[in-house]
Amino acid sequence: MAIRTSPNGGTSTAAPAARITGSRILCESLLREGVEVIFGFPGGVLLPLYDVLPEYPIRHILVRHEQGAAHAADGYARATGKVGVCLATSGPGATNLVTGIATAHLDSSPVVALTGQVSTPYIGKDSFQETDITGITLPITKHNYLVETLEELPEVIAEAFYIARTGRPGPVLVDLPKDVLMDEGTFTYPESIKIRGYKPTLHGNVRQIRQAAELINQAERPLIIAGHGVIISQAYSELRELAEKAEIPVITTLLGISSFPESHDLSFGMIGMHGMAYANMAVQAADLIIATGMRYDDRATGKVATFAPHARIIHIDIDPAEIGKNVRVDVPIVGDVRNVLTALNKHVENARHREWLEQLRTWRLQRPTTQIRETEQLLPQYVVRQLYEVTRGDAIIVADVGQNQMWAAQHFWYDKPNSYLTSGGLGTMGFSLPAAIGVKVGRPEENVWVVCGDGGFQMNMQELGTIAQEQLPVKIAILDNGYLGMIRQWQDVFYGQRFHHSHLLGPDFVKLAEAYGILGLRVKEKAEARPAIERAMAHQGPVLIDFVVEPSENVFPMVPQGSSLSEMLHEPID
Amino acid sequence: MKTKHVLVALMEDRKGVLNRVASLLRRRGFNIESLSVGHTDLPQISRMTIVVNGDDSVVEQVAKQLYKVIDILKVSDVTHEQAVERELALIKVAANAQTRSEIMQIVDIYRAKIVDVAADSLMVEATGTEDKIDSMINLLRGFGIKELARTGIVAMVRGAAGVTRLAGLEETTVEARDGRTRANLHRLAKQVAVE
Repeated sequence: MAIRTSPNGGTSTAAPAARITGSRILCESLLREGVEVIFGFPGGVLLPLYDVLPEYPIRHILVRHEQGAAHAADGYARATGKVGVCLATSGPGATNLVTGIATAHLDSSPVVALTGQVSTPYIGKDSFQETDITGITLPITKHNYLVETLEELPEVIAEAFYIARTGRPGPVLVDLPKDVLMDEGTFTYPESIKIRGYKPTLHGNVRQIRQAAELINQAERPLIIAGHGVIISQAYSELRELAEKAEIPVITTLLGISSFPESHDLSFGMIGMHGMAYANMAVQAADLIIATGMRYDDRATGKVATFAPHARIIHIDIDPAEIGKNVRVDVPIVGDVRNVLTALNKHVENARHREWLEQLRTWRLQRPTTQIRETEQLLPQYVVRQLYEVTRGDAIIVADVGQNQMWAAQHFWYDKPNSYLTSGGLGTMGFSLPAAIGVKVGRPEENVWVVCGDGGFQMNMQELGTIAQEQLPVKIAILDNGYLGMIRQWQDVFYGQRFHHSHLLGPDFVKLAEAYGILGLRVKEKAEARPAIERAMAHQGPVLIDFVVEPSENVFPMVPQGSSLSEMLHEPID
Repeated sequence: MKTKHVLVALMEDRKGVLNRVASLLRRRGFNIESLSVGHTDLPQISRMTIVVNGDDSVVEQVAKQLYKVIDILKVSDVTHEQAVERELALIKVAANAQTRSEIMQIVDIYRAKIVDVAADSLMVEATGTEDKIDSMINLLRGFGIKELARTGIVAMVRGAAGVTRLAGLEETTVEARDGRTRANLHRLAKQVAVE
């Protein structure tokens, strides 16, 4: 590897003469990238690495299944903004990461996945535990590498971390053959990175920013849709400045939740299939949409042809390929959301949109999605609301996928930046429990609550073992309805109530928790909900609460797939 | 409106790059008519000519998605440029004493070459635009085509202002080490953008 001249004119001095193994060179490289924790699972080809890993100040968290490692690294990355690292052995270890890598890819999460590989002479021979993981992960990584010689290892690691965390973040996989880990060489870490095919655009075009400002200054019914990009670029205050300066209501995508304080006067909830009615109505009535750090997922837009029919559209995103991909655009701005909003705010004039806001408030009163109906039964919505009230919103909610995800989105007010994490793009059931491990490791001072269904929980419940072993005080709320709830809901609404294979038998979750030495609580009555949550908060270690909720509850409103956002199904009034 | 688009891409000459491109085009559902790849005058840089069918917005999306492949350095749509497009074909035609001279006349007209002669066949090497090759194959079909191989087209813009010259692709370097915080990231990446 070439030693490059650093910008200040000096040459690399980081080259100790001693020859060390590839495993050590890998550890040294990870330290240079500031890696503090790895979520991993050992295997045959990784033994040379595991042999020396404890000698380095890098925490290793042993998961129970490699999928858990990938989700934990993803959760860590989302919660901290730093690159999350997972490690798995060759063959089945590597393929078990795949769902987690795809999850991180769809949600633009910076993850570096390290996989062991059989020694280079054995590659391509169908050797024991050999799989073509770079081939398999090609469409679900931002980039990937097969390291073929020890010489290239430090440079590959440096590039992998750089690519993962810059531009639109994403997962990068590095495949490490066993002989590369065992070979010896001297360690020199690259002073600089040279990737001529990779230059993310970070600053918006000035002319387009001016045009956008003009549209904003002229708009009568402007609407900001804030997406995950706001959180990734930490543009919270810039977004708030724009909204307040020109009095523009803000709605968010699912992953944009907690990019803007939900108790703010200008906050009007979430867009999409299970978005708030008033948020969807706002999109359909707006004369200007300012789409900020979002990619127009079909779950967010409904039928694209009828999306925002009266609006001009400004689309701000760091990924040029997202501009115009799904929804037409009038003013495209490619750049980092924070930079673009900073520049945009200088050109936006103070304005008031009283009538428009009044209209949105009226709609909110008419269709208050966040209202929970009064009933004797324990409703899942009520559980989420109690979580909000007990924590006073001071928690990071890691939601799973399905009904639980939507209720957690609807019935908790997220004022704290980056406090709602979920698998939005891939919709990975089983994400929440292992992801919460990563969140808690990355943000130990926060209250971390898993909100999941009994179906999703059972997909990765082996990670209770990890939580118990590491004594991670993660709190788990299972909304246990004995069904794959969202499947049941679709069968209820669209498939003539033929509930085929959506009813599932679960274990006794309380006993399961206890089997791991984790405090388990069961709640069947409304009155028990709040005390149980309070007890969980007071308990020092991890807690699992099995909330046995009303099984036939559906999520409303609901925009049927392929329908316009104007065509919502609402909660039936009993 | 669906039309034929010719894209020229420059990329790092690395293992797997062809796979990356092919995988991306397949996954995104883009219909490739032909794809040819080879070296350029610059070491470590390959050049690919991709012919895709689709309307302008589809092709724009192809180009943008190609740009996201880290190994790809530059993508140009030369469809509306003054470009030279050429394809090479090897055509094995059945030939006997009676038909041989007629085939050779056709080959002459198209300024193609006979590159192999056997008792019952001729091998023709032809270069030209796709249309020219198509038209020649049509004429030869009557004699009986025994085997046919086409390269797919390669394309190059006319004149000095070659759109695929590597302007801006000179080496850019950024500091690697202290890029952990987001502020640093932005600063680092900005350097890249500025350079």
